This record gives sequence, structure tokens and C-alpha cells, in this order.
Amino acid sequence: MSWIKNIRTRKSSVNMAGPLSHDHREKPITTTAATEIAIPSDDPLLTYIHQNRGAFEVDKLQLDSFMLRKLKDARVHLSVPLISQGELIGLLNLGPRLSEADYSTHDRRLLNNLSTQAAPALRVAQLAHQQQVQARERERMDNELRVARVIQQTLLPKQVPTLPGWNMAAYWQPARAVSGDFYDFINFPDGKVAMIAGDVTDKGVPAALMMATTRSILRVVAEGLVAPGEVLAEANNRLCPDIPPHMFITCLYALLDPASGLVRYANAGHNPPYKCAGEEIVEMRARGMPLGLMPDMTYEEKEIVIEPGENVVIYSDGLTEAHDPQGEMFGFSRLRQVLAAPHCGEELIHCMTNALRDFTGPDWEQEDDVTFVTLERLPAYYLSKQRTLARFTLPSHPGNERDAMEMVAEAVKPLGLPPMRLERLKTAVAEATMNAMEHGNKYRFELPVEIVVGLHNHNLYVTIRDHGGGKEMDEPADPDLEAKLAGLQSPRGWGLFLIKKMVDEVNVSSDQYHHTVELVMYLNREE
Amino acid sequence: MNTIPFEAHVRIQTSISTIDLHGDINAFTDADLNQAYTEAEANSPDRILLNFSDVSYINSIGIALIVGLLTRARSSNKELAVYGLSDHYIEIFKITRLAEYMEIYPDEASALQTSN
Repeated sequence: MSWIKNIRTRKSSVNMAGPLSHDHREKPITTTAATEIAIPSDDPLLTYIHQNRGAFEVDKLQLDSFMLRKLKDARVHLSVPLISQGELIGLLNLGPRLSEADYSTHDRRLLNNLSTQAAPALRVAQLAHQQQVQARERERMDNELRVARVIQQTLLPKQVPTLPGWNMAAYWQPARAVSGDFYDFINFPDGKVAMIAGDVTDKGVPAALMMATTRSILRVVAEGLVAPGEVLAEANNRLCPDIPPHMFITCLYALLDPASGLVRYANAGHNPPYKCAGEEIVEMRARGMPLGLMPDMTYEEKEIVIEPGENVVIYSDGLTEAHDPQGEMFGFSRLRQVLAAPHCGEELIHCMTNALRDFTGPDWEQEDDVTFVTLERLPAYYLSKQRTLARFTLPSHPGNERDAMEMVAEAVKPLGLPPMRLERLKTAVAEATMNAMEHGNKYRFELPVEIVVGLHNHNLYVTIRDHGGGKEMDEPADPDLEAKLAGLQSPRGWGLFLIKKMVDEVNVSSDQYHHTVELVMYLNREE
Repeated sequence: MNTIPFEAHVRIQTSISTIDLHGDINAFTDADLNQAYTEAEANSPDRILLNFSDVSYINSIGIALIVGLLTRARSSNKELAVYGLSDHYIEIFKITRLAEYMEIYPDEASALQTSN
């Protein structure tokens, strides 16, 4: 600004103009008093500036120009356009000289030189500002997504109920955008278990918050009411007053009596679950409007019995609406085919997730969360041989291996393991979980580690499953302490070695999508 | 998360330095642990003791860090010894063979007694 001082003006200002665009929208000009004035993009002064480029005297120009009039109103005498890369990006405006004399040719030459320096600098400042604004906007959106995702993940059950004679499993694969899928389990004192699945319309933080509210309301209402139809009706009435007008929630509420296999269910607009008995697939349909639309609705209630060997699948739209690379939808008939097919040798939930992945291919642009809950009633001969003690998932976050340790320790409490064996098991679980999170899931928060603790043939099995499938499994050599001390080997590499030493058997397997480590502890050994 | 944050305090005596360890020994411990070791080395002690009495969790990365300390000790001809390990971690020190390179004492008194 020293140039301006030397010319001894009483008032000067730099006005910013936005770059001219081709669509002739109006562009604002800000004055030093920070008022925005909209200048039409066909203003003759702009044309003049582009043709003449140099400083101009405001009083000497005869143009029917809104912009020129504004400059005159602001008592600008000399205006120096700042042009960078052919674009007008600002004006250096000078008021009258203190001496009241005109600006000389020398002055103008000085100012024109100044403008060629100032214009690019100003351009850079504008671009930097724009980038900052964009970055803040991106960060704000990322933060919002992150908040919504955390709300969602915090509220989804980490543990699936373990019921003797039943295999219950849940699978949740979030899409990029945060949608409102949720599922929940409620254990009642009489041994019954409620299975809830729902979907909130809308995306982002509002949907996540609505999901949290719905989940809480359902839990409170289910404490007092038993009948699924009544639970949904009451929940609906509590949701209606506060729900935003464009939002509603589909919800399935199913109450299982594990002793008899009886399932009572009501449905508020959610996908009807399927019951599979061998190749026979039955749709579990019950009529009812989604929650939050209108108060005082009634919900039809139905019943069905799950016999040993039969399954129920509860699923969200994200599954049936998933697209393959050719744009075809997964659809209901394909889902029914997968359910009717003989088990692929694994649990139903893994057969389903594999089928989904085979269908969508590796580059799937997932639009909607995919959620399913499977309920399998084990055939009679399994009952005495097999029992699941716990089943839970953890996000792949450093430190979560500690939680895994404690949850497994809690699950095996009834077994009364001697303290040393328990400590060894805990260490093995922590190490296997760390490997799963780090090497299998690359510490990606949205890829969980699934841990199942079970008893089979008097042995304790803990399986730790990650998403690092499709890779060759190499068997690393045992760590060589001398080599490490001599600096010939990385000090790391103790994990797998420790695991093998802590438990009786370690079985590692891998398929296209998953990598599973199975820790086995023999229970009939004397310590 | 259940992780207990790590802290290390160094006590320097003539010819022995003791590093009191608190909390979990895992990936997050690296900088602080090595910093404490540097402090412990400052007076050129003959022996450096690691006090594990307040440590309840050491994972494989923690083992790697201890291997790192042992390497540092050997390179400057210092003796590294430990006390206060739980039975479980004594077993792990034996399985990893760290016990062949570091004396394991039940407590501070027995660790210091050997210095005389």
C-alpha cells in the first residue's frame, strides 16, 4: 500500500469482483465497508475494462454503466483493474489526490505496473480462500458423516444372544452414505428374545438420531407390553409427535420363545422375513404402516413355529436392491434361491454374505446399508455336542483387542478355567484379534472382527474372523531372538508365535472374503 | 476401550537405574518407554531394572519394545533385569526366551540385593 501513500490520496480501496462467468449471472462487488453490490455481467464497464485493460478515470468515462455509477457514488477518481489470466478479479480504486490534482501519466504507469504484480497475488489469495472454504465444507460433511456413523455403530448390538439349540447371527455392512438401518435384540427374564430390525428413511445425522430414538422407545415399550402388535402400536404413538414430517421408520418386531420355537411377529412396513424349511420358503407377512406416519395405527400379529433344522432370515432393502456390475438387482427370487440351496457347509449368514459378494463383485458401489439377522434352529443331534457361549463383533480400532479379551473371559466364566489357562486364552485372543484388525482389516473402522466362543465335543473354540480373505496365507517362521538382538530381524513378529504357545491348537483358514483363526483349548486336560 | 495409559518413571541410584512402569505396554508405549530408557542410561549405570509391578498387560508389540530395550542395553554392555512380573508374563518371558537374557526377580529387594 506504500504506492498509494506516495500518491497521497485521501481514500483508496481495493474492490473484489468475482471472475466473469459465461452464464451471465450477476456478480457481487464488495466495498471496503463490506457491502455487496450485484453488478450485471453485461455491464458496459466490464467490456470497456477488458478492451482497455489500463487504469481509467471514472469521471472521464461516458458509459451507461451501473458499475461506473457506483464507483462515482463511492467518490472513486481512478480505478486500476486487476486482471489475472485474462480475468478481471478486482479493482484498485483510488479517491481524489490530496493535492486535488489529476493523476499524471507517470502515476498511471506506476499503478498499471502495480496492478500486474498485485493481480496474480490477489488471484492466489482468492483461490486459497476458496480452497479453505471448500475444505471446511468437506470437513464439516465428513464430520457429520462420522458422527452419524458413530451414533449408528454405538447403538447396534455388539453381542448376539446365545440360545442353546439356536444359532443367531447378525450382519451389517454400512454403505458410504449413512442410512438408518438398525437391528436390536432384547432378552426377557422369561427367556424369550425379541428380534427387531428397522430402517429409517433419510440419511445422515437426522436419520441416525431418529434411529437412536426409535431404538430407545422400542426398548421401553417392550418392557411393559408383550404382544408385538401392541409394542409397535405404542411405539408408533410415541414417535408420531416428534418425528419430522418427511421421515418414517419401517420396523419388524419378532418375539421368539426358544423353548417352543414359536415366533410371534408384527411388521410396520419392513421387508417380510423369510422362513426356510429345507427348500420350502415362506414369507412371514403381517400388515402395518411404517412407524411415525400417523398415530393410532393397529398392527396385524401373526405366529409361526420354527422346527429344528428350519431358519428365519430378516433382511433390509440394501440386500435385495444391491446391483451387480450389469445393473441387475439381487432381488427377492435370488434371495429365495440362496435360502433354499443346501448349506454351503457354513453358517447360513456366511452363505448369504458370500452370495451377495459373488453377485455384486469387488467394485460394488454400495448405496444402502445391508443388514441381515439369521436365526437357525439347530437339528436335534447338534444339541448335546455344540453350544455357542458368545458371539460378538468389534470395530477394527487399535486397543479393541483388550475388549475382545475381556468379553471372551466373561463368556467362559461358567467353565471355571484355572487362572493360568484363562490368562493364556486371553493373551491368545488379544493377539489374534490384533492380527485380524491390523493385517486382515487394515484397521478400517467399518470392517469388524467377528468373534465366536463355543463349546464342541468338550473343547473350547474361539474363532476370530476378519475380512482379509483372498490372500495367500504364509506361515511365518518362529521369531529368532538372537537375530532380533543382533538387528538382523525386526523386533516384531511375536504375535502368531505367542498364540500357538498359549492354546492347544490353532487352525487358520481363508476363503475369498474372510480369514479365520480358530483357537482350540482342550477342556478335559488336568492343569 | 480398556487400555490403561502408559507412564514410566525413572529412579537413578549409583550404578543402578530403575524404570517404574505403569499401565499397558503396547504400540502406544514406544516413545515414552524409550525416552525413559534414555534417561535411565544417563548416569551410566551398570544395571537397569524394569519394574513391572503396575503392569497388567503386555502384548506382542510390547514384547518387541522390550526386545528393543534389551538390544540397547547389550550394545552399551549394560545388564537389563526385571521384577514385578505376574506369573503369566513370567511364562511369556520364558516362552520368548527373553528370560535367557534378562534376570527375572520376584521383587525390588531381591533385584537390588544382587547388586551388592
